[in-house]
Amino acid sequence: MPRPRRRKMTRAEWQHLRNGLLFTLPGIIGLLGFTVYPVLASLYYSFCNYSVLKPPQWIGLGNYSVLMHDSQLGVALRNTAIFAAMSIPLGVATAFGLATLLNQRVRGMAFFRTIFYLPSVMPAVAGAVLWLWIFNPQYGLLNTALAAVGVAGPGWLSDPAWSKAALALMGTWGVGGWMVIFLAGLQDVPAELQEAAHLDGASHFASWRHVTLPFMSPHLLFATVMGIIGVSSFFTQVMVMTSGGPADSTLFFAQYLFQNAFQYFKMGYACALAWSLAVVLIFLTYLIFRGSARPVPYGGE
Amino acid sequence: MIALSIVYLVPFVWLLSTSVKPDAQIFLFPPVWIPQPLHWKNYSDGLTAIPFARYLGNTLLICAFTVVGTVWSSSMVAYGLSRIPWRGREVLFYAIVGTMLLPPQVTMVPVFSIFKTLGWLDTYLPLTVPSFLGGAFNVFLLRQFFRGIPNELTEAARLDGASEWHNYRHIVLPLAKPALWTVGLFAFIGAWNDYLGPLIYLFDDRKYTLSLGLAMFRGQYSAAWGQMMAVSVVVTLPLIILFFFTQRTFVRGITMTGMKG
Repeated sequence: MPRPRRRKMTRAEWQHLRNGLLFTLPGIIGLLGFTVYPVLASLYYSFCNYSVLKPPQWIGLGNYSVLMHDSQLGVALRNTAIFAAMSIPLGVATAFGLATLLNQRVRGMAFFRTIFYLPSVMPAVAGAVLWLWIFNPQYGLLNTALAAVGVAGPGWLSDPAWSKAALALMGTWGVGGWMVIFLAGLQDVPAELQEAAHLDGASHFASWRHVTLPFMSPHLLFATVMGIIGVSSFFTQVMVMTSGGPADSTLFFAQYLFQNAFQYFKMGYACALAWSLAVVLIFLTYLIFRGSARPVPYGGE
Repeated sequence: MIALSIVYLVPFVWLLSTSVKPDAQIFLFPPVWIPQPLHWKNYSDGLTAIPFARYLGNTLLICAFTVVGTVWSSSMVAYGLSRIPWRGREVLFYAIVGTMLLPPQVTMVPVFSIFKTLGWLDTYLPLTVPSFLGGAFNVFLLRQFFRGIPNELTEAARLDGASEWHNYRHIVLPLAKPALWTVGLFAFIGAWNDYLGPLIYLFDDRKYTLSLGLAMFRGQYSAAWGQMMAVSVVVTLPLIILFFFTQRTFVRGITMTGMKG
């Protein structure tokens, strides 16, 4: 096949090119200045001793070898993994449960949706302060309620064994965004399919399991991946509520990175941490998408 | 469902109830839900212990610039990526959207050092200027929306000699109002709630934002629950009010986010 000859651009094409570049100029500057350059610089800093105050100094794999033996990082990673294993399934299940409830075409659906979504509107710092008080072991709402049914509640945020669970529990209160997304997805599940399942004698659970769930699996998958990314940058609530304590039980990756960068000014090391995180996240995302390649039918559209 | 919605509302009730309790009633078991009399002093004490009026002004300033910057730049970029046919726009689009996959921690340190080099530390510039450079997510959202606007509208105007600017400003933007509202609303909320940004870039406590001020308050008066709740109410209330007025924009925005993601 003859290669198409590069023809000269017409005047109109030139104009389009010029206008296109002009309109997208803010985006191009942003892309180069706030992504491309920082990504490269961050990779470079990760091989350097860098405190921001002095120019970076090349130390080869120094940061990465420190990272391999950093016991505090081990603690942070372990905490983050445990917290992810608790909070993501709990959060996704809660959001999906609420969305399923709301999808039952009852009266006042919009009203209940508003209520369940309301917590998500609350600023993170304000929410954190409120939950700090709810979790107060003696006078907090939660333990007061537990005491009313004869249960002696734990110390929550002041007990290393319960602090992560407390944060995960708090997370279920703010799943409104996912709930709305799931609800939109549920409303797209073809009603004919569910009716057909019922006519064929399928139970409610069977039709939920074999019709609804497969249709929703892209949404659930997306929520899980975003949940992992969310946990890896979970920061504000931790800083306000526990600062990583008690006994480092809520020291998570994002806070550890922040400490290294902006408290100890080990910026090079922080970059090495960030890059390691990026590699792990990409790998996890790949595993999740590969592992679930089967039950994601993009039908019905 | 009614029981569940009560569970979701109770923390708010608890917040309001504590915010009007005198200390003596805060530490009571079983708790008092409606204190007698209402202790409004928590509000005046809490709001003067830390200069919240000033912080409100600071926050609104940042929010205003962020909203303007976001709506302007992401709509410009989205227009250039959807309505003007030019070589390379697909590549640029994928490059911009691809940045969403990058964990923000990776760029955090170099971006900080850029702002340091520019001498912008302890100013509002690091918190506002980036919003003028077209955030990936908003560009993505608006591009989808702009593509849905019939091509004939802009083509006809173009044949009549209208400039791209005219098409952008007088044809596409007016038709895209709902999407622009959504983008602006989320930019506002993002700026209002941001904690990490102000924490990294603002040092002088007169420049703090509400979120940062509240976190500082929590650090300094950690047992003043009544006042802390009062301040939290004040920081939260504007967003709740905004939410009630813009609920449809909200829901549409979130749904757009998840569906096409």
